[in-house]
Parts: sequence; structure tokens; C-alpha cells
Amino acid sequence: MPATDSTPAIRFENVVKRFGDNTVLDDLNFSVAKGERVTLIGPSGSGKTTILRLVMTLEELTDGYIYIDGEPFTYERRGDRRVRQKQKDINRVSTKIGMVFQQFNLFPNMTVLENIVEAPIHVLGQSREQAHERAHELLALVGLSDKADAHPTRLSGGQQQRVAIARALAMDPEILLLDEVTSALDPELVGEVLQVLRGIAENTDITMLIVTHEMQFAQEVSDRVMMFDRGRVIEDAPPRDLFSDPQQERTRAFLQAVL
Amino acid sequence: MSDNFDALAALWPRFLDGIVATLQLTVGGSVLAFVLAAALGIAARQDNLLVRGGARVVIEFFRGTSLLVQLFWFFYVLPLFFPGLFENREVAGLVAGIVGLGLNYGAYGAEVVRGALNSVPRGQYEASVALSLSPTRRLFRIIWPQAWAIMIPSLSNLGIMLLKGTAVASVIYMQDITFVGGVLRQRTNDTFFSYGVTMVMYFLIAYLLVLVANAAEARAKRRVGIEVPARSLFRPRAARTQGVSA
Amino acid sequence: MTGLLDRFDEIWNWDYAAAALPQLLEAFLRVTLLATVLGSVIAAVLGLVVAFVRRSAPAFVAKPVHWVMEFVRMTPIVVQLLFVYYAFTSWDPLWIGIGVLGLHYATYMAEVYRSGIDNVPKGQWEAATALSLPRKRTWTRIVIPQALRTTVPALGTWVISMFKDTPFLFVITVPELVNAAQNVGSRTFSYVEAFTLAGLIFLAASYPTSILVRKLENRLARY
Repeated sequence: MPATDSTPAIRFENVVKRFGDNTVLDDLNFSVAKGERVTLIGPSGSGKTTILRLVMTLEELTDGYIYIDGEPFTYERRGDRRVRQKQKDINRVSTKIGMVFQQFNLFPNMTVLENIVEAPIHVLGQSREQAHERAHELLALVGLSDKADAHPTRLSGGQQQRVAIARALAMDPEILLLDEVTSALDPELVGEVLQVLRGIAENTDITMLIVTHEMQFAQEVSDRVMMFDRGRVIEDAPPRDLFSDPQQERTRAFLQAVL
Repeated sequence: MSDNFDALAALWPRFLDGIVATLQLTVGGSVLAFVLAAALGIAARQDNLLVRGGARVVIEFFRGTSLLVQLFWFFYVLPLFFPGLFENREVAGLVAGIVGLGLNYGAYGAEVVRGALNSVPRGQYEASVALSLSPTRRLFRIIWPQAWAIMIPSLSNLGIMLLKGTAVASVIYMQDITFVGGVLRQRTNDTFFSYGVTMVMYFLIAYLLVLVANAAEARAKRRVGIEVPARSLFRPRAARTQGVSA
Repeated sequence: MTGLLDRFDEIWNWDYAAAALPQLLEAFLRVTLLATVLGSVIAAVLGLVVAFVRRSAPAFVAKPVHWVMEFVRMTPIVVQLLFVYYAFTSWDPLWIGIGVLGLHYATYMAEVYRSGIDNVPKGQWEAATALSLPRKRTWTRIVIPQALRTTVPALGTWVISMFKDTPFLFVITVPELVNAAQNVGSRTFSYVEAFTLAGLIFLAASYPTSILVRKLENRLARY
């Protein structure tokens, strides 16, 4: 669903990420348009999760630049030097970005409701009433209205992940990062989470960057699918094209093994 | 045998004073130690090199020197720097005792706090970053409450060591339980009885501390969603193998 | 704070410090170190025996042993020292000190042994059973080498801890380092130099040792 504004929501420019001697991302360039849904697929270690973590500031760029909404993020050019931005400026932009993790990472010392309202109240400065109202709306959206006062450890994996999604949405993000959000779930619980994500894709304009092994889901929801291998984009096409007629041998081999 | 108990009964008021003195040192020292442990433990995890380095120096210094040396040092040296502060020997002893115990066990406690903070699963930190929580909020609302349940057993073991450490207070003129135990020994000439009674008193206080700590740990764990079986509440927690000097 | 610096020379006397040092070092080497080494040996051996009893002896033996050790652990070393000192007045205070330190620290060592063995993953025992290894071999070739990985560094840190508890022997007139400092100080009526030097000697001995122990821990943990 391309938006009217043509500035990309996310743009990677010559991004390099090294962990010690290991170069995970090597001169990576790509962009994601506003409201676009892009799925990243590929073998483990290909760098897909690292891309999400870089956008969420959980990892530092080794070199290159990231642009959010056209503005440089975390590092910028000043004259001919590459300079890290002030944390204050980074935080202003990072509140527009939300992430849902494979391990849910709900806060075990709070109830479901407290998990959801924590950041809106203390980061966005919402009032308690406002935050609570929105939280109940989101809980209804993910189908867990009756669990507001429940303890996260009492919920099933699928329920916890749906709470995690509600928690991320409570910040009203422009960009939502989904890191293998169903990989840690029992097979019968995967469906309920995917359904919530499908709903978000259909009913909102949030830009979504998804790492997943659920190929069917990727096909239904994505505007584009990018195949990664060893830190590089090998193929980048709409799902219908990529899945039915992959151009690259590596993509073909991967899809054959996975599907 | 009944002579012994008569002597004990006669000395009982002094034993009570001794218990008060011991408790003053224990509670005062523990509070100071806890505050220092928290402050130093958090400081030792900061990115800022000055803060982290400074905390490390303080921790290693007070862990590396002996408690008795520190007590003597504070007892004899502090009055030189703050002459007005010490009117009499008892006050000097109490202040030196609390400061010495607090600093010494605070340094050990800092390692416990740091270790507990580090063992909170990394995903909690990452979720906090994803929600853009400020570092302060992250520490107080997310990480510390989870670390608290982890650190209680080790801290309570340090508390027991602190209690045992107060027994040296008699060398800095505090009339604590050990001191009165010595008086009882002189009166009854029965070492087994008098120091036996003394040890039982310390044991009871220590066991009380264990019960309180176990209750606190159970409550902390429940807040984080872990259930604790009721029988374990009465058992002293095993001495953590690396909690003290590592 | 500047007031303190100005008064430094009033408080500190370099001559006293220089005069004190030889006596302090002698006490340190002849008494403190000796007590630490011998006490540690007793603690390590006795702790092993206790650990074995608690693990393998029948309950009517193991349980009382456990509670006696808990009682020893939770009561002050000072009181235990005074107890033995006054009960057996003919014994040499230094040996009383070594014995009590050894007994007290045996309670900690026993716990270290127990923890080290318990922390060997259950899978190791199961693999040994699956390979039909005899019990003795399972212990000597599989369990104990892995248990040593966490046990040895932990024993090391408790030895350092005992080293710093040797001043408790002061209360039963053993002429160790702090006792020597007290004597030196009382002769010159100035305690600052003596106790400061004593503290620095402790620091100089224990800090490098604890770094060594930490290095040892890292090396052992590498597999």
C-alpha cells in the first residue's frame, strides 16, 4: 500500500555491521516505503535479524547510514565526518519504532495491563486514563480483553505474544519490526498470532518489516519479499513473483528446503 | 548447674543491653551496607569509565582489607578528622562499628547486586529499549525488581556474616553480646555454659534473619510470577559459593 | 577537605611508619600467613569429609552433622575462639585459632563441594550410565574433573576470606598482624600509621590473589 508521500520510511545506505571479525552486513542498500510490508527471508546468520536490531538501536552501525522518514538516524554526516547523534535526538525518533520479539519479553513483575501502559505513560506522557482506555482497546483488538489483570506467566505463549503486540502498538508506532514472532510458539498457537498481524496489515498504515519462516503468511501479507544470504540482498520481488518463479539459484534452493 | 542459671538471671539486664548493642551494629551496619551495595553495584555497571572505575576501586579496596583493621582504623582515625563528633568511647565505638561494617560488607554486597542485575534476562533490557523507556525507568521499574528476587539469598548470607562480624565490637569498647558473655564466664567460671549461651543467642538472631530473608524472597519471587514451596521458607539458604569474595 | 590535607602532617608521621613496618611484616609472615595456610588445609579436608557425609551417609548421621555445621556457620568465629580458648587453657592460642578457622570455614567448603558436584549437568551422569561406566570411574574421570571447574576458584575465594579473618585471632592474644599494629600504636600513642600500614599489607596480599583466582576461574570455565 504505497502512500502518497514518497520519502521512504526506512532507508539503508552502505550499511556495514561487523561483530569482531565477522562481517554480518556488507555495504547494504535498500529502502522500505511508508506503509509498505516487507518480509525478509533467508538462512540463519544471513543478517535479517541484525537489520531489525539496527533499526531498533539494539545494535550499533559499524559504518554507513540509516534514514528514518528521510532523516539520518543514530549516525549523521557533519561536514566530512561521520558522527553519532545525541541520545536525546535518537530517542525522539525511536519512539516511532516498535518491535515484537521472538521470546515475547513481557515484564514479569507487572500485569498485562501494566505492561501495556508503562511506556505510553512514562515515555509519551499520556495520562493514566488515556493510556488505560487505549490499552483496553488494544486488548480487545488482540482478543484478550478478559486478561487485563492477569500475570504474564499465567498466559500461553500465543497469548503472551499477542500482549506483546498490543504493548508495541500502544506506542502508536509508524514502523513495526517483527522478529520471528511465531518461532517460539507451539504450532497450534501460531495461527492466533498471525491472525492479529493480518489484522494490523489490513487495517492500519503501519510500515512493517517482518522476519519470519511462515512463508504462507509472508505471501498473504507482504508487498515485497527480500531474500538474504550472507549479509546481502540476493533477490527482491513481490511475493507472488518470488515464490512462484525465483530468479536466483540460491533462492530456489532455500525455498525448496523450506517449503 | 543452678548457680549458672542464677548468674545468667542476674546478668540478664546486661545481656539485654548487649543484645541492643549488637542489634544497633547489625541493623545500622546492614542499612549502610545495603545502600552502598546498591549504589556501588549499579555504578559498577555503567558505561561511563570514571563512574565504573571509581566504584571498582572502592569495592576492591574495602574487600581487600580486613574488617578488624577497618574497625580499628575508623575507631582511632575518624576522631582525628572529626574531633567534635566523638564525645565518648561508646559513641565512637558505635559509629566506627557501623561505618566499618557498612563499608566492608557494602563492598561485598556490591558484587552481589552487580551479579544479580547482570543475570536478569537480556530480553528484558531489549524490550525496554524497544519501548524507548529511559535508562532510569528501565532500571527501577524493570531490571531491579527482577534482580531483587535473585539477590536476596546472597544478601542475607552477607547479613549473617555482618552479624558475626559485630562480635569483634568488644575490642572497640562496645558492650555487646560477646562482651557480656565474657562477664558471665568470669562470674560462673563455666566456659561451656557462658559461651554456649552466647552462641545460642547469636544463632537465634541469625535464624530470625534467615526467616525474614526467606519471606522477603518468597514475596519478591511471587511478584515475578514464581511460586515458592512453603516448607523451604524455614530452611537457611545455602551459603553461595561465589557470593563473597569472587 | 583542604583542611584535612593541611593537617596530614599533623596526623601522619613517616618515622613512625618506617619503624612500624618491620614488625608488621614479621607478624604477617610468621603468624598470619601460617594461620591462613594451615587453616585452609584443615578447612578443605574437613569440608570434604562433611560434604561426603551429608551426601552419602544415612539420614540419622547426615542430618545432625548438617545442623551442627549450620550452627557453626551461623555463630561468630570470635565467640567460638573465646569458647575454645577459655575451655582449654593449656592449648597454644595459635593452634586454637587455626583449628577454629579450619572448622568454621569447613562449613563453607562443604557447601562449595556440594554445589560443585550438583552443578555437573545431569546429562553427564546419564551418559556415563548409558556407557555402563563403573561408579568409581564415573566419579574420577567425569564428575570430579568437571566439578573442580567451579570448586577450585570458589575455594580460592574462601581462602582469601579466611586470610582476612585471621585478625579475629587477636581476641585470644595471637600475635598476628593487627595485634602487632595495636602494640606498635600503643607504644607511640599514634595508631594511624600502624593500622594504615596493616591495612595496606592486607590489600597488597589479597587483591593480586583475588585477581589470580578470577583469572583461574576464567581459564577453567573455557571448556
